[in-house]
Amino acid sequence: MMQARFRWVLWLAVAVALTLTALGICVGSVGFENLLQPLLNPGQDPERTSMAHQIVWEIRLPRTLGAWAAGALLGLAGAVAQGLFRNPLADPYLLGSASGASLGVALALAVLGGGAGMLGGGANMMNGGLVVSVFSSSLLVRLGLTGAAFVGAVLAVLLTLALSRGVGHTLRLLLAGVVVGVVLGALTHLVLLLTPDSLQAMQAFMLGSTAFVGWVSVGMMTVVWAVCIVAAWMLARVLDGLSLGDATAQSLGLAVTPMRAALVAVLALATGTAVAQTGLIAFVGLAAPHLVRSVVKTTHGQLILLASLVGGVLLMAADTLARWLIAPQELPVGVLTAVLGGGYLLWLMHRGPAKARAGV
Amino acid sequence: MMRLVQQISRAVLVHAALLGSVVVLAGQVTDDRGTTVTLPAPPQRIVSILPSLTETVCELGYCARLVGVDRYSNFPASVQKLPQVGGGLDPNVEAIVALRPDVVLMAKSARVGERLESLGIKVVALEPKSHADVQRVMIKLGQLLEVADAQRIWRAIDAGVSAAAQSIPAPARGAKVYFEVNQGPYAAGEASFIGETLTRLGAKNIVPAKLGPFPKLNPEYIVRANPDLIMIGERSADGLQQRPGWQSIRALREQRLCVFTSEDADALVRPGPRMAEGARLMAQCLAGKSPTLGSALAATASKP
Repeated sequence: MMQARFRWVLWLAVAVALTLTALGICVGSVGFENLLQPLLNPGQDPERTSMAHQIVWEIRLPRTLGAWAAGALLGLAGAVAQGLFRNPLADPYLLGSASGASLGVALALAVLGGGAGMLGGGANMMNGGLVVSVFSSSLLVRLGLTGAAFVGAVLAVLLTLALSRGVGHTLRLLLAGVVVGVVLGALTHLVLLLTPDSLQAMQAFMLGSTAFVGWVSVGMMTVVWAVCIVAAWMLARVLDGLSLGDATAQSLGLAVTPMRAALVAVLALATGTAVAQTGLIAFVGLAAPHLVRSVVKTTHGQLILLASLVGGVLLMAADTLARWLIAPQELPVGVLTAVLGGGYLLWLMHRGPAKARAGV
Repeated sequence: MMRLVQQISRAVLVHAALLGSVVVLAGQVTDDRGTTVTLPAPPQRIVSILPSLTETVCELGYCARLVGVDRYSNFPASVQKLPQVGGGLDPNVEAIVALRPDVVLMAKSARVGERLESLGIKVVALEPKSHADVQRVMIKLGQLLEVADAQRIWRAIDAGVSAAAQSIPAPARGAKVYFEVNQGPYAAGEASFIGETLTRLGAKNIVPAKLGPFPKLNPEYIVRANPDLIMIGERSADGLQQRPGWQSIRALREQRLCVFTSEDADALVRPGPRMAEGARLMAQCLAGKSPTLGSALAATASKP
């Protein structure tokens, strides 16, 4: 029964993702337009086909797939976090990983003289010759910023682990995560205060954006996603064990501590990679596992896979809306996910008691 | 295009008529909050926490009366030696009070006004955003400082913008221009201060006024508008070619890119007395890089 539901949700998520890909190809700066038609019938109007080819291949397809990959990474990280901390409110940004990644990017921008706008700041500091931009697409800059975000995320998680003296005690771990998050967030603001030139670039980063996601970012996220999903699948048994309590997990003969540590690494890798490409995108990691759990009760391995697919679909949908609603202008995609995800969680909360009364 | 020019000139005329009809007392000025501020004597100690107001005070010839500025005021060079009192949005109230100013000049959006007034300090809040605002602010500050020829100083600046527009050879007019203010990408639209200058220079902004002054665009919009020329600050110029799909934009294919230094960018974006210089910088760019001109001309004037 549950296995049938699992397969049902799996195929639904894949089908919706494919539909949204087609839709994402057709939605851009002029709202909706059917670009599939000229692509599929190249003979009809060669000029229109070459335009459609360029727009779709170079801009919309990487962006759409990038949104899916980032959402999938966040959904995966969310499911891992909620299993790991046995807490339905856990999200990928817990343990200070988001604030660590932000601090990493802010520092990278400050050190390299990060690109801001002309309206930002105006304190004219000489920054040598090297200037990078937060949403630049060159491989080196991408790797550099991904590296900074990733190192920031990992260091923040390690700091949290050090403060909580290991992963053994869940409550202590969560509290340490909150403390690290707040302190690193304050440090990020301090860095920005001292380098007002990077303020606007950082603001775009914190609201999240998929506008400049190119094939390089898509490739990077897909590789990391593949690694993370395999690792999480193999480690998911420990989450099933942990859901029955630490002692039970131990008695099942699982190497609880190293497996937990490995899952924390997966969490940091997935979060850091997504954040470095698209900035901070709220609520996808939190909402995706809930959405899955409300439909199907299953093992953590399957939950992680489904949450990842659903996360990808959520962010893809939000990204499509972000460029559609006020085209040719854009909403920051992070704002949309926060509104949609927040609304969904509220609905879930209010539905909960009614369902309990009905005895479901 | 003609209609826009007519609209602008009409707006300027209406403005001038309004100013003429009001009898103004010396040392008294109604600021952009609608508050009438009366000073017993022309202010001798001035604190300005908005760069364009700092520049206007200096342009009117009273730079020496400034005793403090915000951290972004950096022009003319003499103000860099003055005590800094924080930023326009996060000014240090204590530092301002300690300077014992006769008046504090600030943006309308600065929240510190009421706090300063409750401490007994006179505050004039002005919000220069457009070409017309630059004139209005200059006249008001002229009243406050009792500068007789503020109108003449304004006319000289305005003539500077017209001269910049005339310096552009006819074939170079009408180029499609994209002006990026930062990598959101946020553009300077027709409705912005920069956009107004571009319109007066005869350029065609790819971002129409209805999108607002600084809209956050879908980058694809810019690829499709296919501008002939891109203007951008040096801090955002990195990696334009690598943005998805941007290699095909005509401006980038043909290297029609004007990259402004941060110092130049200040003159371009600040609605203040340096607007003629900003217009000159953009005119140089248009004259040198517009696609309608031969490559020989482009080579002579490629430096922004």
